[in-house]
Amino acid sequence: MRTIIFRTIAPYLAALMILFSVFVLLRGHNEPGGGFIGGLIAASALAIYGIACGVASVRRAIVFHPMSISAFGLFIAVLAGLPSLLLKQSYMTSQWLSFRFFDVNVDLSTPMLFDIGVYFVVVGSIASIALALEERESD
Amino acid sequence: MTPAAIDTTILAVLAPFAAAVVAPFATKIFKHNAAWILALVPAWIFYHFAGYIGPVSHGETFTPAVEWAPSYGINLSFYIDGLSTLFALLISGIGTFIILYAGGYLNGHPQQGRFFSFLFLFMGAMLGLVTGNNLITLFIFWELTSITSFLLIGFDHLRAASRRAALQALVVTGGGGLSLLAAFILIIGATGEIEMSVLLSSPDVIKNSGLYLPIFILVLGGAFTKSAQFPFHFWLPNAMEAPTPVSAFLHSATMVKAGVYLLMRMHPLLGDTELWTTVLPIFGGVTLLVGTILAVRQTDLKLMLAYTTVASLGLLVMLVGTSWEKALEGAVLYLLAHSLFKGALFMVAGIIDHETGTRDVTKLGGLRGAMPITFAAACLAALSMSGLPPFIGFIAKEVLYEGTWEMGAGSLLVTGTAVLGNSLMLVIAAAVAIKPFFGPAVETPKHAHEGPVLLFAGPLVLSLAGFAAAFFAHQTGELFIGPMLSSLTGQSAHVDLHLIPGYISAPLILSVLTVALGVVLYLQLARLRALVASVLAAIGWGPDKGFDQFVAGIVSLSAAVTRLVQGGKMQTYMMLTFGVTAAAVLVPAFLNDGLPSMPAMPDYAFYEWGILGMAFLGLIAVLVAKTRLTAIVSLGIQGFAVALIFMLFGAPDLSFTQFMVETLSVVILALVMTRLNLSPRDHRPAGAALVTGAISAGVGAGIALTLMAITQQPFDSRLSDFFTAYSRTIAHGRNIVNVIIVDFRGFDTLGEIAVVVLAGLCVLALIRVRTKPEVKVDEDASAEALAKRVEAS
Repeated sequence: MRTIIFRTIAPYLAALMILFSVFVLLRGHNEPGGGFIGGLIAASALAIYGIACGVASVRRAIVFHPMSISAFGLFIAVLAGLPSLLLKQSYMTSQWLSFRFFDVNVDLSTPMLFDIGVYFVVVGSIASIALALEERESD
Repeated sequence: MTPAAIDTTILAVLAPFAAAVVAPFATKIFKHNAAWILALVPAWIFYHFAGYIGPVSHGETFTPAVEWAPSYGINLSFYIDGLSTLFALLISGIGTFIILYAGGYLNGHPQQGRFFSFLFLFMGAMLGLVTGNNLITLFIFWELTSITSFLLIGFDHLRAASRRAALQALVVTGGGGLSLLAAFILIIGATGEIEMSVLLSSPDVIKNSGLYLPIFILVLGGAFTKSAQFPFHFWLPNAMEAPTPVSAFLHSATMVKAGVYLLMRMHPLLGDTELWTTVLPIFGGVTLLVGTILAVRQTDLKLMLAYTTVASLGLLVMLVGTSWEKALEGAVLYLLAHSLFKGALFMVAGIIDHETGTRDVTKLGGLRGAMPITFAAACLAALSMSGLPPFIGFIAKEVLYEGTWEMGAGSLLVTGTAVLGNSLMLVIAAAVAIKPFFGPAVETPKHAHEGPVLLFAGPLVLSLAGFAAAFFAHQTGELFIGPMLSSLTGQSAHVDLHLIPGYISAPLILSVLTVALGVVLYLQLARLRALVASVLAAIGWGPDKGFDQFVAGIVSLSAAVTRLVQGGKMQTYMMLTFGVTAAAVLVPAFLNDGLPSMPAMPDYAFYEWGILGMAFLGLIAVLVAKTRLTAIVSLGIQGFAVALIFMLFGAPDLSFTQFMVETLSVVILALVMTRLNLSPRDHRPAGAALVTGAISAGVGAGIALTLMAITQQPFDSRLSDFFTAYSRTIAHGRNIVNVIIVDFRGFDTLGEIAVVVLAGLCVLALIRVRTKPEVKVDEDASAEALAKRVEAS
């Protein structure tokens, strides 16, 4: 598996895939995509990087433990439901904030925050399983 | 009472919970002297409820309430009448001195703040229990008292005996609480009412409902466990592992009376039936005798008192069980008297323990010179417990004898039991008050001296209160006993009490008999103790041992069930899961004629046929693959073909996800394979492969047939129409799938991602388990299961 070509290209590939996953995540509300798919893409990126360059370097690169990332995702997903309570609406009623920024329409919303949470949950969980399985050689 | 004052009642009931939060901080600043400040909370509650005495004695009742979960009819509603007022006064009044006492008793203890917190939590729960109007609210407070009692008994959690006692109390009283919940649900179902005050206004509604018997049994299940009736009495003596302030507060004056409170509260609803007047006196009488006899055996001050508490609770249940007005009056009086003298005696026992280092009566003696104030309090309380004048205990005993003597059937039996029980109680009272204080001074582990004011304030005031209640007998009857009795009987009752009996009557003769018998028995105490001990040794088994056997039985039962269900062999799990799935899909379809009709040959374009062929080739490749790795990759081919089909039929999101899931599944499965060191080839015998093959064919056929049957039904487009129409306008999104996931059905997604996180944690834990090789088998399936789950969602 660890050919020189693969090892050289894997970091770039992984970086591109992560970038793409964020793109897929953010466009999800209107085009095919979303947190779930984005998360899967990012997890594959980490898995590829791990196979090519070793799990230790992946863990260094993502700083946090993948399970913590997953838990963080769940946390912000729960958080995304809260703002509506302040407006005396039921939990998870979506809230939208639209404004123009340098001639571009920007829509921020709680469903988007929620989707970001889904993204982190999926990345974290899948990556932590994949990395743990890949880790065999190192110990 | 002004409306504002009535609303304050809700604050008064909840105030201890606030105090529980503040207590640790106050203790950090003021050390043990924080007790002086904290005691102001129960003192204020006492003052507040004292305001109800006047109106309640005129027969008024109050029902302050605040909405909680109105859609379920559950509200924080309270019912203030004679019964709850007296209980609230006892809880807050005794509670005030218990807080002070705890300040002295745990002086310097590193966790004193936490102890105050637990005490306040309990106090709030108990206040809520006795004033609760809404049945569900009442139940919640009932369970809270069990939980806080657990925390308090196990306060000294480093000792195994404390932990066992705490767990035992929780299991017994918590189990009883569940029984009570069932009773309440039955009551709500049978009558449609959830407020106690409404139920009490039409008392016969339960008796006429046809569910009387189950409700009766379930209510007793709650009351008997909480009030430690035989054969559930064993947890109470064990609960003496708790620090003494807890014993004095929970296990004599308040919590154990909750069961009696419940019986009194429900008396108008459930009482005065043949069942009631048969069952309750039997259980109460047996408890009374068992409690006093077991108390005689003990030499530990606290345990002696604990068993007499069991006995007193039995006496109360027996009296309530007679449903005879005069006996009920005796019960109410005795309840008041008992709370005062037993609380005081427990605190005395605690002071002796605290200042001398032992509470074994055989090692104590001659303390009256060293601890004069404690001695005085002990004497006053013990005289009240013995039922001697001029104390409230005497009046209580006179009235209850009068009641049991006058009542009709069973009078002799009940009276006899009461006399015997009371005389034994006198023996214990004498043993507690006389033995440690009289006689020659004995060397004790610590040098004995009087405790600080924080310690002796409580017992002194409580025992003096027992005297005051008797001295002002007329007012006691009018203000407290009468209103409380009215709550029990359901009609206004007039109580006229006198300290000095007007004439020589049956009760007075019974009293003299009780005292005489008690004195004789006290003189024979040592012999009596040996006799009881030898009888118990001969029996050799008790409910306490039974509890251990019960727990051990449950543990071995669950171990057996686990061994049966969780054999640890992944293949078995998978075969069972998929076998059941296939049967669940296929069997009903065959039975209910739910099979699809034969579809017509579809008219597909050539590329569509091509993709189908690709899926088919993938499947063939799986079947003929020589190595496992090839099979896994071939399964991926089939998955990709399905993803292409999704793409063709306008589901790009689904297709996208399918691609990713297939890729990751193949990667993870391949990793799992290398990790598990599976042999590259599958070496199962043909028979085993045939069975698993049949199961997979069954699942596949079942799912396929179901899908065909569903698609042959006319398509109900209401949901898709709704989402198409509103996804843009309501949720501002053009991608319907995504809008459904994150907005319309966002709450479902929240649950799902929580499951993903947990599944991830579980798989991670399984991968980390390296020491046991047989566990490694599970990883394979878990990863697979997760991959399948991800695929499914």
